[in-house]
Amino acid sequence: MAIVTPENRGLRLVVRYTVLTIIAVIFCFPLVFMIMSSFKPSQQLLTDTGSLRAFLPVGDLSFDNYIEAFARAPIGLFVFNSMFVTGTTVILTLLICSMTAFSFVYLKWRGRGLVLSIILATLIVPFETIVIPLLLLASKLPWLGLHGIEWGWLNSYRVQIIPFVADGLTIFLFVQYFKDLPGELIEAARVEGASWPQIYRRIVMPLSGPVMATAAILKFLAMYNSYLWPLMVVQKEQYRPVMVGLQYFFQLNIAWGEIMAYLSLITVPVLAFYLLLQRAFIASIASTGVKG
Amino acid sequence: MANVVLKDLRKSYGNVDVIKGVDLTINDGEFCVFVGPSGCGKSTLLRMIAGLEDITGGSLAIGDKVVNEVQPKDRGVAMVFQSYAIFPHMTVRENVEFGLTIAKATKAEKEAKVAEAARILQMEHLLDRRPSQLSGGQRQRVAIGRAIVRKPEVFLFDEPLSNLDASLRMDMRMEIGKLHKDLRATMIYVTHDQVEAMTLADKIVVLRDGIVQQIGAPMDLYHHPANLFVAGFIGSPSMNFLDVEVKGRDGDALVVSNGALDPVGVPSTLEATTGTRLKLGIRPQYLRPSTDTQAGKLHGTVTLTERLGSETVVNLRLTDDSALIAALGEDAIFDRGRNVSLSFDPTRAHLFFAE
Ligand SMILES: Nc1ncnc2c1ncn2[C@@H]1O[C@H](COP(=O)(O)OP(=O)(O)OP(=O)(O)O)[C@@H](O)[C@H]1O
Ligand SMILES: [Mg+2]
Repeated sequence: MAIVTPENRGLRLVVRYTVLTIIAVIFCFPLVFMIMSSFKPSQQLLTDTGSLRAFLPVGDLSFDNYIEAFARAPIGLFVFNSMFVTGTTVILTLLICSMTAFSFVYLKWRGRGLVLSIILATLIVPFETIVIPLLLLASKLPWLGLHGIEWGWLNSYRVQIIPFVADGLTIFLFVQYFKDLPGELIEAARVEGASWPQIYRRIVMPLSGPVMATAAILKFLAMYNSYLWPLMVVQKEQYRPVMVGLQYFFQLNIAWGEIMAYLSLITVPVLAFYLLLQRAFIASIASTGVKG
Repeated sequence: MANVVLKDLRKSYGNVDVIKGVDLTINDGEFCVFVGPSGCGKSTLLRMIAGLEDITGGSLAIGDKVVNEVQPKDRGVAMVFQSYAIFPHMTVRENVEFGLTIAKATKAEKEAKVAEAARILQMEHLLDRRPSQLSGGQRQRVAIGRAIVRKPEVFLFDEPLSNLDASLRMDMRMEIGKLHKDLRATMIYVTHDQVEAMTLADKIVVLRDGIVQQIGAPMDLYHHPANLFVAGFIGSPSMNFLDVEVKGRDGDALVVSNGALDPVGVPSTLEATTGTRLKLGIRPQYLRPSTDTQAGKLHGTVTLTERLGSETVVNLRLTDDSALIAALGEDAIFDRGRNVSLSFDPTRAHLFFAE
């Protein structure tokens, strides 16, 4: 049993912060390695991996890798594609899944329990098992475009977005969160004359900041990192996302330095998005189980 | 304005019956209080009137219109919840004007009505605060403010004061009473605090296990309880019940007695023959110490004396070993262990069949 006294409190803090710092540093190592390596020529990069030099800005540093990476792949286009697909998917997912969860939690329709359990069951189905049927489906679906009805969704943004705008995990997150919202708030709004859409927009959504941040971050990461699906459905460079773009660097001789430069560049949007939502994300974790 | 009429109203959850056929008419402008022990269905009944619970059977009419299938928002009711249920993401002003905003009222109209509600509830200075910056009593005011701005025909309160401390509860109780007089609206109020029930109500409905036990004015229920349950529920300290045996009939009175009670004729219309076992109910307030030990009707020993200032509550063990509580005058002094005799006015006693 640890006893806290004024004398050892400082010591305890030192120990605690030391441990936390070590853990944080360990988590940073891959990131530091990536960024440092992106400035080194491939030859030096490979020899450095054998020592701590891998994490240090030493030796022959330059922006050459970045320049060559830009020459080899249309990075701007790939980042734009990924950001567009990811951003649109995140927004649509938040909208659709929160509405779905709203209906499961607040609207009393017959069979909702069964439908919800079916949706939750999809959580344990790995994407790889359904990817082939999904591909066949996507290759045949109709789409009303500018030139009338087109058949097949391959090589487009929509094929990367629409299959992912509703998912069991996000619905589950919203359902759990809504169940914990005080029911009397909803009832008060109903008695005050609000319709269900008004309750959704004016009461439930404004109180859902934490769960929206959580769901947005999880969805963002999953979408931004997606590789298998875009690899299968997008052959045209015009719609290619960043992860698939990585294959441009795995040619005859693998250009590790350029790969590191490419990865450093495509990590920037992730960090930016994360920093944006970090506060809300931490608030949501901190508020779990503690009802104010 | 509106009356509220319940006809054989029923509610079941699956095969659990919670409200088992309630018939009740609440007149326009009346203050009606539902009381009863925890779990008897008070909240359920109120929520059925609000439209927050489906009605399993019977009919509910507000203002002469059957509203069984009408959405809460279209019933013309406002509700104040036990937890206040004020929206945490809105300021006090936004909370109070919420119903008006939904109804698409103009800005000027909203401002005027909010100002009036704030004046009535003395919360002008709170309008721009957030709910998290308010005390319990202030939150309650906001909840009431939100209810009154829309000028609903029927107000519903579900134990609105139970989260407040004793003195604040008394203040708010008086304010709600005043509000009722000012607004002249129909109010339905759920509580298990019988002081609130007695002081606020025009009409009290005593519920037990989803069945109405008695409906009446507060003093009606106090003086003429319809059954043992109501007699025990209304009044504080609760009525004493003694097991007695009928010795015979004397005009319109039944003569009863037991080991601690000398035979006494109690006016009663019960059809009871000699030898029947009944319950004799006597309110603690109607017991008087007998100056002459012989003249008293009840005999026992003092076990505990509580001096409350305005009255002294004396616990006794009667000679037949049952317990009795007497609320005596402020200057009554009875030491523990002392033998006493108590008398009472038989016309203020009640006889009930044992349940
Ligand atoms: N959703 C439900 N499913 C099943 N039974 C329920 C449900 N809601 C309430 N009940 C039951 O209905 C009965 C009445 O509940 P209600 O909340 O109306 O009691 P109450 O009189 O308001 O009690 P209290 O004074 O404790 O608030 C209780 O026995 C309760 O268990
Ligand atoms: Mg209740």
